[in-house]
Amino acid sequence: MSKADVVAIILVAGATLYATFGGADFGAGVWELLALRSRDRSLRERVEHRVTLSLGPVWEANHVWLIFTLVVLWTGFPDAFAPIMETLYLPLALAALGIVLRGSGFAFGHTFAEAGARRANAVFAVSSLITPFFLGCVVGSIAAGDVEAGGTGTAFGWVGPLPILIGVLFVSSCAYIAAVFLLDDCRRAGDDDLEPYFLRRSIAAAVVTGVLAAAGLVVLRADARPIFDGLLDEGLPFVIASALLGLLTLAGLLRGWSRALRPLAIGAVVAVVAGWAVAQYPYLLPETLTVEQGAGDGATLTALIVVFVAALLIVGPALVLLFRLAQRQALE
Amino acid sequence: MPVADNLLAARELMAFTLGFHIILACVGVALPAMMLIAEFKGRRNGDEVALDLAKRWSKAAAVLFAVGAVTGTVLSFEMGLLWPRFMERFGDVFGTGFAIEGIFFFTEAIFIAIYIYGWKRIDGWKHWWTGVPIFLAGIGGAFSVVAVNSWMNQPQGYELDAAGNPINVEPLTALFNPATAYEFPHMLLAAYMVVGFGLASVYAVAMLRNPAKRDDRRHRLGLLIPLTVAVILTPIQLFVGDTAARGVADHQPSKFAGFECIQETGPDQTEWIGGICTDEGVKYGIGIPGLDSFLVGFSTDTVVTGLDQIPDDEEPPANTMLHLAFDAMVGIGFALLALGAWFGFAWWRKRDIPATKWFLRAVALSGIGAVVAMEAGWIVTEVGRQPWIVYEVMRTEDAVTEAGGLWFWFGGAVLLYGTLGAVAAFALRRIARREEPGADIAEGGPYAPPPERIGGAER
Ligand code: HDD
Ligand code: HEM
Ligand code: HEM
Repeated sequence: MSKADVVAIILVAGATLYATFGGADFGAGVWELLALRSRDRSLRERVEHRVTLSLGPVWEANHVWLIFTLVVLWTGFPDAFAPIMETLYLPLALAALGIVLRGSGFAFGHTFAEAGARRANAVFAVSSLITPFFLGCVVGSIAAGDVEAGGTGTAFGWVGPLPILIGVLFVSSCAYIAAVFLLDDCRRAGDDDLEPYFLRRSIAAAVVTGVLAAAGLVVLRADARPIFDGLLDEGLPFVIASALLGLLTLAGLLRGWSRALRPLAIGAVVAVVAGWAVAQYPYLLPETLTVEQGAGDGATLTALIVVFVAALLIVGPALVLLFRLAQRQALE
Repeated sequence: MPVADNLLAARELMAFTLGFHIILACVGVALPAMMLIAEFKGRRNGDEVALDLAKRWSKAAAVLFAVGAVTGTVLSFEMGLLWPRFMERFGDVFGTGFAIEGIFFFTEAIFIAIYIYGWKRIDGWKHWWTGVPIFLAGIGGAFSVVAVNSWMNQPQGYELDAAGNPINVEPLTALFNPATAYEFPHMLLAAYMVVGFGLASVYAVAMLRNPAKRDDRRHRLGLLIPLTVAVILTPIQLFVGDTAARGVADHQPSKFAGFECIQETGPDQTEWIGGICTDEGVKYGIGIPGLDSFLVGFSTDTVVTGLDQIPDDEEPPANTMLHLAFDAMVGIGFALLALGAWFGFAWWRKRDIPATKWFLRAVALSGIGAVVAMEAGWIVTEVGRQPWIVYEVMRTEDAVTEAGGLWFWFGGAVLLYGTLGAVAAFALRRIARREEPGADIAEGGPYAPPPERIGGAER
């Protein structure tokens, strides 16, 4: 395995962590959005309260994974970063817009009272759809081969069935992870009142996500044949693993498991991302730039690996401490 | 879209969003230290008022951190969206700085949450210690980003191959370039001055509005802690700035000639204060003969490079603006030094804040002054470096994106950030207004536990 491969794995690891933890954050916003439409004011407030308890202290740390991923991409693979940015600038800029609205909506929603808080929360909830959708479009578009080494693009050149479908899939898998996390919180905190609420939603989200993933395979076959082939070849174990983990999560939901739910749901997402990565390998940009071709200078790759290890050593324990505190809060 | 038009739009967009973010970055860098000082006082002396201040400040920090985090994330996107050619060519040379910064961002995001969340759940000195990593991460974060900017000013740590692409990269050599040595301390001190004078000015305004507050302990401490920090750092800042100017004269002669408006190379250069920069030198300014040469080389015989030595297409633009930006920064620096001397003298004689309203008025203005000086400093650095994005290596016009619609994004950014700024100001006022005794200011707000009772959430 070359140094470039190691950095590519770090990149995928960062993206996976963002997809799970950032994803759970976005998903919580999606549920808040759906609850907003309800006439039942007390239900709305209970859902909001649950989401606040769960996100509370972790809501910013979860999003640093995105920054980390971006930085590893531009430092480790500058030749891939530039064409991605220059081709997919519209969905990327919209994703950034979503991040601004969401973060500030969350912060202000917890500073103001009454009407101000309601408005800010609505911004938070609506914008929770924007970022995952457009990041999904970006991933789909790269898979479809829209981004070429040294290439540029037009504002709407990326629009197509695969990017749109992956965008929707991202939103639904965020909602799925969040529902499972929230359900687990409810079960552990003995919140019998919201438990059935999030149970129904977890199951619905699991089914929708599963169907979208299956549909994704069909579109992938048409629009991104190399990746489709890769998924059925080297990626197959991961595809099977993610399907199994998905089914297992579903079983756990129905049978009232609690502690196993989170790892299972995370496992399903990790398997999908890993399968994708394996299927796309050796390409960073199918089929014009490989990991090897796109990699930056060797000394820089070494530096990135060192920084990643240092980050794990320094940030890891602190993150665990934070998650423990957050769990305590969710249980209150 | 023609590149020239894109270039202007991209620069304006970058400058606007950075100019906005940097104010919040100052808060992220320096406010934690103020909180820690207040909490330290509170814990050591059992001083409830100081603890209350620390809580309030942490609450304001939470809101501003959130806005800082989102505007910073936008910057990370913009690096690629606006300057893809720059990232493509040099991303692996300077990127390590940003990667290191990732660690500091994590540390900051994690411990600010623990600190704020912990007001009610972590006891005594243990709580104080959870704030220390935030303080350290602020310093480390400022170092990593500013080192990247310094590298753009004095690039090193790589070689160019025949095609002009960097090879043999040395990431650490790139980060520890000669400009880092003064840009980083200068920016760090600027952040502490912005927050120190800025926070003190909030309390000065309150005292001016309601003279009874002049004797209120919370207001007095709220003014004294940040003002003392800022006043102590100001003379150091002027020293570092002076060093920076000599560094620029040595390594970036076109920038130095630009902001000093030196037209002809030679010894005995006059230092011009204010005025308008023309092709024949400064008009309508105050000139001090020989001083400019003296400041650069400690002798009036020092030869200083003028714009006559710089090829026309490598001269920085709009020299009057550059010149005035530099003068504004230096002028404000000296004004703040004078304010500090006034305060220090009064404290030495009477152990009290000077009694006159004029002092409070000056403190009230000092916060704005520090921000203006900081922004002016960035204009000197950035506009002075033009037309280079990497000094004497890559031109900005060769770095810019070909994507269309940048003016549209610029308009959108102005609207969005304008709203964001207004709402943030509103939120800060709300935090400041919560004066009712007994109100638990540690609750609510981003990162913090939600207030106990929300509608039907009680069970
Ligand atoms: C409170 C803020 C503040 C104050 C009082 C000063 N500065 Fe400053 N200055 C900055 C805030 C700043 C800054 C915004 O932080 C900059 C931009 C980049 C940097 O490293 O610092 C800067 C840049 C900057 C540069 C450009 C460096 C470069 O392009 O690489 C020079 C030459 C000076 N300063 C010199 C001075 C002098 C001679 C000062 C007073 C005697 C002074 N500054 C006071
Ligand atoms: C880490 C800090 C910074 C970095 C890495 C950085 C980077 C850049 C880049 C890439 C550009 C576009 C190319 C160029 O015009 O040089 C730029 C332009 C600019 N930036 Fe910065 N910048 C930083 C800090 C700031 C701050 C805080 C300000 C605040 C005002 C600022 C003001 C400007 C201005 C005014 C321009 C436009 C220059 C012109 O129009 O000629 N910069 N900067
Ligand atoms: C091109 C320039 C810059 C980029 C790309 C950038 C990027 C970022 C990002 C991504 C964040 C969010 C981190 C989080 O989620 O916690 C952030 C916040 C922050 N930035 Fe910047 N930044 C730039 C300039 C600067 C400068 C010049 C400084 C300091 C001197 C600075 C200091 C900070 C600090 C201390 C924070 C964390 C505190 C807060 O959120 O307010 N940044 N920045």
